[in-house]
Amino acid sequence: MSVQLSKEQLMIQKMARDFARKELAPLAAERDEKHLYPADSLKKMGELGLLGMLVSEKYGGEDMGTVAYALALSEIAAACASTAVIMSVHNSICCGSIEKFGTEEQKQEFLVPMAGGEFIGAFALTEPEAGSDAQALSCTAERDGDSYVLNGTKRFITSGQNGGVVLVLARTKPTGSDGITAFLVTHDMPGFKVDKVENKMGQCASDTVDLVFSNCKVPASRMLGKEGEGFTVAMSGLDAGRIGIAALSLGLGQAALDEAVKYAKQRKQFGQEIAKFQGLQWILADMAMDVEAARQLVLNAAAIKERGENCTMAASMAKCFASEMANRVTSQAIQIHGGYGYIKEYPVERFYRDARILTIYEGTNQIQRHVIARELLKAKGR
Amino acid sequence: MDILVCVKRVPDPAGNEIQLNRAGNDIERDDLVYAVNEWDNYAVEEAIQIVDKAGGSVTVVSVGTDEDEEILRREMAMGAEKGVLLTDDAFNDADGYKTAAILSAYVGKNKFDLILTGAQADAGAGQVGGMMAAMLDLPYASLVNKIEVDSDTALTIGREIEGGNQEISSIELPCVLSIQTGINEPRYVSIRGIRKVASLEIPVFDAAGIGFSDSGVKMQRLEYFQPELGAGAEMLDGSDEEMADKVVELLKAKGGLK
Repeated sequence: MSVQLSKEQLMIQKMARDFARKELAPLAAERDEKHLYPADSLKKMGELGLLGMLVSEKYGGEDMGTVAYALALSEIAAACASTAVIMSVHNSICCGSIEKFGTEEQKQEFLVPMAGGEFIGAFALTEPEAGSDAQALSCTAERDGDSYVLNGTKRFITSGQNGGVVLVLARTKPTGSDGITAFLVTHDMPGFKVDKVENKMGQCASDTVDLVFSNCKVPASRMLGKEGEGFTVAMSGLDAGRIGIAALSLGLGQAALDEAVKYAKQRKQFGQEIAKFQGLQWILADMAMDVEAARQLVLNAAAIKERGENCTMAASMAKCFASEMANRVTSQAIQIHGGYGYIKEYPVERFYRDARILTIYEGTNQIQRHVIARELLKAKGR
Repeated sequence: MDILVCVKRVPDPAGNEIQLNRAGNDIERDDLVYAVNEWDNYAVEEAIQIVDKAGGSVTVVSVGTDEDEEILRREMAMGAEKGVLLTDDAFNDADGYKTAAILSAYVGKNKFDLILTGAQADAGAGQVGGMMAAMLDLPYASLVNKIEVDSDTALTIGREIEGGNQEISSIELPCVLSIQTGINEPRYVSIRGIRKVASLEIPVFDAAGIGFSDSGVKMQRLEYFQPELGAGAEMLDGSDEEMADKVVELLKAKGGLK
């Protein structure tokens, strides 16, 4: 199928492109180099509605649907992948989970300001010993009167330092998927601290941190969903999260292709533009096919989700293919640039580093293939 | 105050590589990405800010084809209340004079207190505002970079003049002003703004609808070219640092830098 974009969706895409080009692109290299969190830009994005795109109007969101969201996220990623991953985690997983499982009080306290970009949401599932095997998490939450006492360490948490609320998954029972519970934790809670800030290869303007809980008392009113429902909460955001990272990958791949085309038309060797050499034309053609195939998968997954149908397989395919596309295309963009591509003066060097994590986070591509195969094999017919 | 802002859809300099066409009388227009003319966007922002303070309405109007509707909608998403598209085969290939005549015909059928245009658009001639003022017999100021509403009948305006100097004048309403960039910081379109206008019908008027009678195109572009490299001009290449070093070296050699 091919997705026909509405007037509204096209306007949102253009608006996000305009904003990204003027506000994010000029700052992206410096933010990457100095590891500067894009707080000002996120504030502006909140005012424009980019941080509550999937939240219903009742809670101050835009309720624009997954297609418009994927289009906007791609445009943000084309300028700054770090800003895009913050946007993705915030919109897809955090806002989505609170809207679906939160109490009315929790929605008023968290979702409404999050939809306006007043603060950013973080999602804390991963632990030092629990990555792809999410159920192996060992962070505990013990009931103590009207509170739960959290102990343990969360790892690689996007926006864990700069976000305003963290959705934490912890064990209320020692084993089983029904022994996991979700909590909304804020930085003012004693016993909660940000520990190591990771020094990463790419996406350096978004903070990735360890969160440590030492007898951190969280009121029971901050439990998201019911006790034992945490794994369901975590899994419910996965499809949207994967479409988010797929859209991010698409934006990054498109940006790398655009830079490669621009450079190939400017750079002269042997008395002519290097774009006139067939060897390079074929590389560019392959890059363009790769980007276009990813676009179709991303928009297809988004459209299926928007129609309310099961999009698990489509979302995993989009995430897996688009993230691998971004790695191939950013790598080839450097090749087209030759030695200059390896220098930080040109953005393709950052694109290449930013792309590397895409096949790892939000479910490694091995997990995505596992999901695709599982869905494929359980299907009853065609 | 009821304000009309005249806007135009132009090739987006940020989204295109502009090249001359084969005939050498225009730019290559196939596959271009278009956007609202940057000066016009400042004019719309200014109009919205005036109405926010003084009340009234902002209408955006464009002479063009169905495709130009997108920029009207964009400016409406920014906050303009109404959009109007003027389209007719008779409007094709309009020069500055004809564009001003079409817009003046529309203004003649309506009532506006203030008419704004961008200082110039893609053709760079900057004719339309001044000609409209003449056709409508209204006072006119060009390159306006400051507007204050004094009363229902007058504005105080600032103009950028030679050497970066500033001139302040009083102008009677109704009037026509051409707006310079930098007068404000145009807002981005928000998703909420887009949602409000995405499915609105934009009224369309043809020549008969605005009472326009065609007097033909009086000015035609004959040629478009990049000047040849003249004697004494030297194009530098290399990285920014290399070019900067070369400039310093040249200035020193010619006595411009001691």
